[in-house]
Parts: sequence; structure tokens; C-alpha cells
Amino acid sequence: MIATIVMIVIVILLIALYAGLYNGLVQLRTHAQESWSQIDVQLQRRNDLIPNLVSTVKGYSKYEASTLEKVTQLRSQLENIPDSDRAQKMAVSNELTGTLQSLFAVAENYPDLKASTQYQSLMEELSNTENKIAYSRQLYNSTVANLDAKIQSFPSNIIAKIHHFKQMDYLQVPKESKSVSKVSFDD
Amino acid sequence: MLYQQIASNKRKTILVLTGFFILVALIGAAIGYLFAGTAVGGIIIAGVLVAIYMSVMISQSTEVVMNMNNAREIHSAQEAPELWHVVEDMAMVAQVPMPRVFIIDDPSPNAFATGNDPQHSAVAATTGLLQIMNREELEGVMGHEMSHVRNYDIRLQTIALALASAITALVNFAGNFWWFGGRRSSNDDDNGAAGVFAIIGSILLIILAPLAASIAQMALSRNREYLADAGSVELTRNPHGLISALEKLQNAQPMKDVAPSSSSLYISDPELNRHHKWFAHLFDTHPPLEDRIKRLEEM
Repeated sequence: MIATIVMIVIVILLIALYAGLYNGLVQLRTHAQESWSQIDVQLQRRNDLIPNLVSTVKGYSKYEASTLEKVTQLRSQLENIPDSDRAQKMAVSNELTGTLQSLFAVAENYPDLKASTQYQSLMEELSNTENKIAYSRQLYNSTVANLDAKIQSFPSNIIAKIHHFKQMDYLQVPKESKSVSKVSFDD
Repeated sequence: MLYQQIASNKRKTILVLTGFFILVALIGAAIGYLFAGTAVGGIIIAGVLVAIYMSVMISQSTEVVMNMNNAREIHSAQEAPELWHVVEDMAMVAQVPMPRVFIIDDPSPNAFATGNDPQHSAVAATTGLLQIMNREELEGVMGHEMSHVRNYDIRLQTIALALASAITALVNFAGNFWWFGGRRSSNDDDNGAAGVFAIIGSILLIILAPLAASIAQMALSRNREYLADAGSVELTRNPHGLISALEKLQNAQPMKDVAPSSSSLYISDPELNRHHKWFAHLFDTHPPLEDRIKRLEEM
């Protein structure tokens, strides 16, 4: 009698443990996916801002055609990368960040452009978006780290194997921003 | 480390609450004994008054604190784009909901966070802060505030603040009562030495209680500043921003109009660089900025 009760209790405990571990994994995976979509939203936002930027800058500086062209080209390249290829997407995005930065550096030579309110608000919008990309990448990497740690460690690694939870890859941080943290166009 | 800190903050909240309630009971007893000859009655009345006061204070804490500091709320990014966006970023990496954002019109650079929990929090920055800090530095400061939010420091502070002001209110009430003729007539029975001691003790208690409350409140806040600094760097991954922000705060003028009870909330002591007597360090709400900078440089 007592033996049966003990058995039942043990079985119930095991099921509870299994469910708890499984749910934990699901939650971590959801977090990681959510934080990827955060990045995606910001990439899209930046893409939406670029045509406006290009037309504003064009009006003031006729000599920067090649930089503007590069920005436009990277923008459309970014649009055409499938969502699944995250590494590629981020690589192009990093390149776009760099090109935008050089564009802003060049803009220093055009006082009229710098003084225009439209350009100033575009700058704030773009630095905001760039920062959000950097911070959501940071968030993505830490959620992925949590998931990967869970998938590797005992006993959740067993559950992960049964239900085919896969480790996710970190997003590379561009080299130049490793030391000098975040982008800032406004100082 | 974060979870340990949150747990320890929750423990401390309970400890602080208990300590303050004992203090309230003692004051109640003292007042009751002095004015009505009944310590128990005093305890009950003080308990009820403080309970009502506290629940109003805590449910309205953000409004109360922001009013005390003359802060006005902003509701959209257009009103202060950089501040709003930086707060958004910090809330995102700290994984807490976006707090309410307030601005204080004061040329002295400073900022604080308040609220009951990460779901109901608020941050405030002075116009001086927005003027002298660049984006990186502002991120450092707001990262610091967001760590207070995430660590539940804000709840501990809110409760300590509410209790300290409840005690002050209680003592003021007793003071008024005293002047308006609530004094005990001297023909009561306990004229012995014990009675005299009890009366002196009660008066001392009433005088010293608010002091004890504020010292406790200040001691609570000192260590949390180091932790919030470390938390800020964890969020921004950039110690330089906060270091140069703190360096700028070192040369700050004192704030022109700050409620003393809320000075422990600020990132840097609002009374900084105002001339103090030596004993004023007992009431320091913040560790020296040099120490904080040194710790950040060693990270």
C-alpha cells in the first residue's frame, strides 16, 4: 500500500519535473525569438528612414553621390535577404551602419545641411535606431546564451534532445564597435 | 548576483518595515503616555494613522515624489527625443517595461528613479543633466536608474520614504497637540522617579525618532549606489559613459530646490558642493563620487 503511494508520488514528481524543464526551454526559445524580432523591427525602421535621409542630404550636398548610392544599394540588399539568414542580415546591417557613419562625417562639411531641422531630427531618429539595433543585438545574444546554456546542461539537455531544441548562434558584434561601444552621431 | 540582490532587497524591505513599525509603536506609546496616560491607546491610534497614511502614500508614491521635486511628466518622444530614446533602450536591455519619464527644471545635473516595482516605475532627469551630458553619458546615468528599477531598490526606497514621512507627520501632530493644551496635568498619580524618567524618555523618543528614521533611510541608500553603477555598466557594456558622467557630476552646482527627504533617490547627492559641517557626513546619502569612479575604472 505504502509502496504504491510512494511510487505514484515519484511518478507525479517526475512528470512535474519534465513539464517544468520543457516549459523552461520553450520560454527561453520564445525570448530568443522575440528578441530577434526586436532587431528586425529596428532594421526595418532604419530602412524606412533612409529614403528620407537620402533626399534631404541630396538637396544640400551634390558631391556625395557615391556615398548616397552605396547607402541606397545596401538598403535594398538588406531588404532582399531572407529572414532566416540572420548572420548575413547582420553583416549587411553592420556595413550599412559604417556607411551611414561616414555619410554623417562628411555632412560635417556642409553647415547648411547640419543646421536644417529636418536633418537634425533625422539624425536623432537614426542614432536612436542604430542604438536600438546595438542594444537589441546585445539582448538577443544574452537570451541565446541562456537558451544554449540550458540546452547543454543536465538535466534539461535530455529534454532538449527529445524535443529537438537546437542551439542558436550569437550575432557577431562588428569589430570597431567592440571597443567604442555604441554609435553616436550627435556629438 | 542580480537575483541575490533582489532577494536581499525584499528581505531588507521586510526588515525596514518591521523596524519602522516598532518605532511607530514606541512613538505612539510615548505620545499616548504623555498626553493621555495610556500607552496602549497611543500605539493603536498611531498604528491606525500610520497605516492609512502609508497606504495613501504608497499608492500615490510616484505622484507624491514627482510633486515634491517639481517634476513634469513627458508623454512622447517628441518632447525630449534623446532622453526618451535612451530610457527606451535601457528599459529594453534591462528587460523591464518602459517607465514614465519626468523632467525637472533645474540647471543642476541630476536624475532619479522611483516607483513600487518594475511594472510601475518612473525616472526623472533635470534639464541641467540633459544639457551637459552627451548620449553615452546619458545612457550611463539612465542605466544606473534602470538598475535601481530592476533591483527593486525603488520599492525599498519608496517604503522607507513613506515611513520616514509618516513618522515626521506623527511627531508634528504630537507637537501641535502639546501646544494646544494637551499637556498632562501634574496632579496625576505617578510622581515618583520612574514617572519622571518615563516622561523624559518619551520626550526624547519623540525628538529623536525622525532622526533615527532619516539616518536609517540614508544608510540604506549608500551601498545601493555602487551596485546600480555596476548594473549600469552591465546594461550599457560601456563604463566610460558612466565614468565621464560622474566626473561631470563632481563639478555640479547644488540643486536649487530639492525636497530633503527625496535626496537619497538621486544619482548624485543634490546637496553636493554645498558647504557642510563635519557631522553632516553622518547623513550622507551617497558614497563619494571619487570612490564610485574608482570602482568603475577597476571594472
